[in-house]
Amino acid sequence: MKKIIAILLLFITSNYTFAQNQIEMAADLRSSGKIYVVVLVLLTIFIVLGVFLFMLDRRIKKLEK
Amino acid sequence: MKKSWWKILGLVMVAASIVVGLLGPVPALFLLHETIRNVYFHVPMWSAMFALYFISVVYSIRYLNSGRVNDDLIAVEAVNTGIVFCIIGLLTGMQWANITWGMAWPNDAKTNGSAIATLMYLAYLVLRNALEEEQKRAKISAIYNIFAFPIMIVLMYIMPKMTDSLHPGSGGNGTFGDLDMNNQMRPVFYMAIIGWILIGVWICTLRYRVRLLENKRNLID
Repeated sequence: MKKIIAILLLFITSNYTFAQNQIEMAADLRSSGKIYVVVLVLLTIFIVLGVFLFMLDRRIKKLEK
Repeated sequence: MKKSWWKILGLVMVAASIVVGLLGPVPALFLLHETIRNVYFHVPMWSAMFALYFISVVYSIRYLNSGRVNDDLIAVEAVNTGIVFCIIGLLTGMQWANITWGMAWPNDAKTNGSAIATLMYLAYLVLRNALEEEQKRAKISAIYNIFAFPIMIVLMYIMPKMTDSLHPGSGGNGTFGDLDMNNQMRPVFYMAIIGWILIGVWICTLRYRVRLLENKRNLID
């Protein structure tokens, strides 16, 4: 039991010191919601590429027949 | 459509890794800050390359056993596709290194090793083009491939571990250990890896099928 409490304590304090280091993250981009635009753009590019690959696949299949 | 479930799976996995990879929680790390998210995109390129080179060496061994031309074709198309992923990996690595390590090409054991491995596989393709006779070409390049694969592993995965490298997994710290990746990141990371490997294999099969069609047409002509 003591061990568990000690580990828990260690965990909590280590997290606390971690937060104090103040490492700069893109919190503004997230809170303003503009990150969703980036996600949407990347997703669009990727899905279009995926569809393109499928079309290529189908064309090759046609040629094989 | 029934046979292509794994293609859709690969696409869905990578798409999910894009969404969760950009929006999901990541640890605040010294120097890396938000760029830790690159782990979801830069590392899977190398995984896909590794998987394709592995497929290539398996089919090279199969070719030497069976002598079937198609095995040799799979081997060469796997390397062709793998090199594309390798180039993307090098480029994204340079971009990432530029902002976190201060220069695009730090004198890092893993970076240099991967560059040499890339040249080795480019040499494989050059070697193939240099040989005219088909059977000889397939046999010699298959043997070259079998030698190149373990050297690639040594250069990219073993040598950096033995010296100090900026990459994680070197100088005594564990690859993807708790220091650089927490458990929130792990599922997304593995999902991205599997997704990109599936997409890489898919592109490889497309190239292989085109190669078969070309061969068929050449025989008719």
